[in-house]
Amino acid sequence: MDKNRQTLHRLGSGAWKACVYALLIFWALMVLFPFYWMLLTSVKSYGSYNAEYVPKLFTLNPTLQNYVDAFRAVPLARYFLNTVIFTLLTTGIMLVVTVLAAFAFARLNFRGKELAFTVFLSLMMIPNELVVITNYVTITNAQLRNTFLGLILPSVTSVFYIYLLKENFSQIPDELYYAAKVDGTSDLKYLWKVMIPICQPTIVTVTILKVIECWNSYVWPRLVTTDPNLFLVSVGIQEIRENGFGRENIPAMMAAVVVISLPLILLFLIFHKKIMAGVARGGTKG
Amino acid sequence: MEYKSKKGWLYLLPACLFLGIFMVYPLIDVFIYSVEEEFNFASQTYSGVGSFNFSYVLHDPYFLQALKNTFILVIITVPVSTGLALLISLALSSIRKLKNLFQTVFFLPYVTNTLAVGLVFMILFKKTPYSDGLVNLLLGAFGMTPVDFIDGPYWAKMFVLCFYTVWIVMPFKILILTSALASVNETYYNAARVDGTPKLRIFTRITLPMISPSIFYLIITGFIGAFKAYSDAVALFGVNLNNAQMNTIVGYVYDMLYGSSGGYPSYASAAAIILFSIVLTITCINLLVSKKHVHYV
Amino acid sequence: MKVLLKGLTKVFPSRKKGGADTVAVDRFNFEIPDGKLVGLLGPSGCGKSTTLYMISGLQKPTSGKVFFGDDDVTELPAEKRGVGLVFQNYALYPHLTVQQNILFPLENLKGKDKLSKEEMLRRAAEAAKLVQIDQLMERKPSELSGGQQQRVAIARALVKMPRVLLLDEPLSNLDARLRLQTREEIRRIQKKTGITTIFVTHDQEEAMSISDCIVVMKAGVVHQTGRPQEVYDDPINLFVAKFLGNPPINIFSGRVQGGKLLLGDDAVLSLSGVADGAVIVGVRPEGFIPDEAGGLCCSMVNVEVMGRDITVVSTHPAFQGAAIRSIIASDAGVRREQETVRFRLKPEKVLLFHPETEERIRFQAE
Repeated sequence: MDKNRQTLHRLGSGAWKACVYALLIFWALMVLFPFYWMLLTSVKSYGSYNAEYVPKLFTLNPTLQNYVDAFRAVPLARYFLNTVIFTLLTTGIMLVVTVLAAFAFARLNFRGKELAFTVFLSLMMIPNELVVITNYVTITNAQLRNTFLGLILPSVTSVFYIYLLKENFSQIPDELYYAAKVDGTSDLKYLWKVMIPICQPTIVTVTILKVIECWNSYVWPRLVTTDPNLFLVSVGIQEIRENGFGRENIPAMMAAVVVISLPLILLFLIFHKKIMAGVARGGTKG
Repeated sequence: MEYKSKKGWLYLLPACLFLGIFMVYPLIDVFIYSVEEEFNFASQTYSGVGSFNFSYVLHDPYFLQALKNTFILVIITVPVSTGLALLISLALSSIRKLKNLFQTVFFLPYVTNTLAVGLVFMILFKKTPYSDGLVNLLLGAFGMTPVDFIDGPYWAKMFVLCFYTVWIVMPFKILILTSALASVNETYYNAARVDGTPKLRIFTRITLPMISPSIFYLIITGFIGAFKAYSDAVALFGVNLNNAQMNTIVGYVYDMLYGSSGGYPSYASAAAIILFSIVLTITCINLLVSKKHVHYV
Repeated sequence: MKVLLKGLTKVFPSRKKGGADTVAVDRFNFEIPDGKLVGLLGPSGCGKSTTLYMISGLQKPTSGKVFFGDDDVTELPAEKRGVGLVFQNYALYPHLTVQQNILFPLENLKGKDKLSKEEMLRRAAEAAKLVQIDQLMERKPSELSGGQQQRVAIARALVKMPRVLLLDEPLSNLDARLRLQTREEIRRIQKKTGITTIFVTHDQEEAMSISDCIVVMKAGVVHQTGRPQEVYDDPINLFVAKFLGNPPINIFSGRVQGGKLLLGDDAVLSLSGVADGAVIVGVRPEGFIPDEAGGLCCSMVNVEVMGRDITVVSTHPAFQGAAIRSIIASDAGVRREQETVRFRLKPEKVLLFHPETEERIRFQAE
């Protein structure tokens, strides 16, 4: 009797476990399948892709021809390079601006600091869509459309990262600053030699999150660039979809998609712990 | 310790400059644009001040279509994605083996380019003369007639849009909910187990109240995010969303800005302000509702 | 280097409008002779750390002056004063090794003071050797014990050869055993370097045991300064008497009447030079001598055996507080089983204070 019940219980919990894993595996497939499909399609030849009425789930004779086409037929390398430049510059300038502001808020005393910080915090709530209109007009009037400057400038500031860094900077004990003062360290040197190294994990997180944001940005680049020589990958991929490869060359399109997705996926594989921890601390998409 | 007024502001200067030019000024300006009637971009002149821009936008069929699409998108995707994310997070937190692997895999869509992966979804759902597409073949196996999800009927397109939106927002929600679940103190569960509390009751009486702030946070950000949907639609249906009847409010705002002559910033501003009054109202309602149902520890 | 403080005052303005300002340090006058170890002693919040910060230059005095030798350094910022400062939590840079931490102050020297790399390393090694951490140079602070971190902090403060060494609660983060060891260490290092050293503490035992001179503070005001034994034997008021000594001084409410000091009904001392009336009577624990003919009759509570000494715990109607603690020799023949115990008092261990002003009242014993 008792034994029966135990068996039943074990069966029940076994079935429960199976359901749980089934759900998880199902969602893992949902997530991974598009990636698999893009990779698979990108190595199918143009002919064989179009000959498959029922698409095959694998291919026996993969080809890299599509990747060659992707780089030859459309300026994919150009898009790629533009995005790298845009991402590096934007992230670099953002870091300088953010670190300086966070340092001022966390470490220095000046009149109006509390008020300034409150204003900064309230700016966090302003949605990008509301300010993009005037920014577009500003950049257009400044003749900065179709320039890197026009792409970069409005993307530089992020109040949220200032806030994140300020919180982190504030955790460093005051005594460290006084010790450095007594030893004759200037504010800037203290920031560079003590605060930044101590807060390096947060700074790395902020950098990675900003790189992701830059790499995927679409709305602003689409607004201010009409010259294909300045397209970023997101705009480029849309351009490829509308006009590239004569619309039907899906495998080549997928090759391009793989190429532009790869950097971030690599970044994610290396830093997934940091990225997930950073997003959990309050990042949102876009 | 001692006040150094100038120095502090010096460090803040770059941030203030950027924020001032690209955030504070535009915020004020958008309201000015929205009331300037018949604003001409080339000559930078307008004929008067009034509410015409709002009335134009509210009577524009494209805007009304966008409004309808956005509302449908919000009403479907927010509950579905939050519920599904809760289910998956609960499953995740109940296992030990492979937990980290699953978590990492589930987060993958967060780092992908929305536009790029949208193309993959497009070819999966699209029906072409050469092939019905994978999804249609799958549906065919269940005896359903193939339908073109990308250029076909409205409901089919809306389905793909909702599907893709959910796929895109899931990583963030799963991450937040799993960390919320992980932070519930083990002793509560142990106490409940000692009292012989059934699993379902543990969930409704302990787990759910404990993670309710996170759920509420996800619902609010979910609403805000879904109201601002745009690039997922572009990824699936191309840049001409009006033709596809799949435009969103944000898409309408940007469409007003494109164009060789500099577009219509006044209409764009009016539409943007309408959008954010809606978002603000819904957020306030959310906050009011949450006061009753969210337990802050 | 002699350090002279003249009317040093620090007022913190109230955060709230119309609120009262806080006077952290009130007209502090003191001269610290060259090469001495001075302890600033007082309960927490008494302004001793603020004084230390004003000497270091991290805080500017509201009024008053600070002299190092003959130089007025009041207006000099911290980095130009040439002080070494050791913080309560050591403030070691967590991302730098012990050696990099010690080198840090030297790397800031500019102009004619700039040192060659070899010279810096030599000085760092010397400082590390002095505090006996030369075998830990490559470790990070998180890999060190509290005592070791303390030594690193001292080495970092000493490496630039400061004119004055300042220590803020140097022992409070250490456990009891390390505390004894480290305070001897501080004493040894100070004697060896001969640098004028000022340290802040709330622990009277710590201050008394190693200082050449102590300064007792309360609520921003200096109550008494002097050599530890002097201050202990001859406190100027009740606060100082209560603050120094462990176990603390026993306080009774007493009365002087006709040349007799009365505790309750017990006449315990004959004295002169004091007007009749109520007084506060303090008796040091070592001031009790068990004597069958003694004037003070207490009810026995317990006898705590310490080895060489015993502590007799007893009560008396005139006593303020829970129990009288008296330290007497273990062979004095006092037993736990006794119901009462009678004491004679050593006149030099009996201190009288005014019941309102709490100032010391001096007397002659007869």
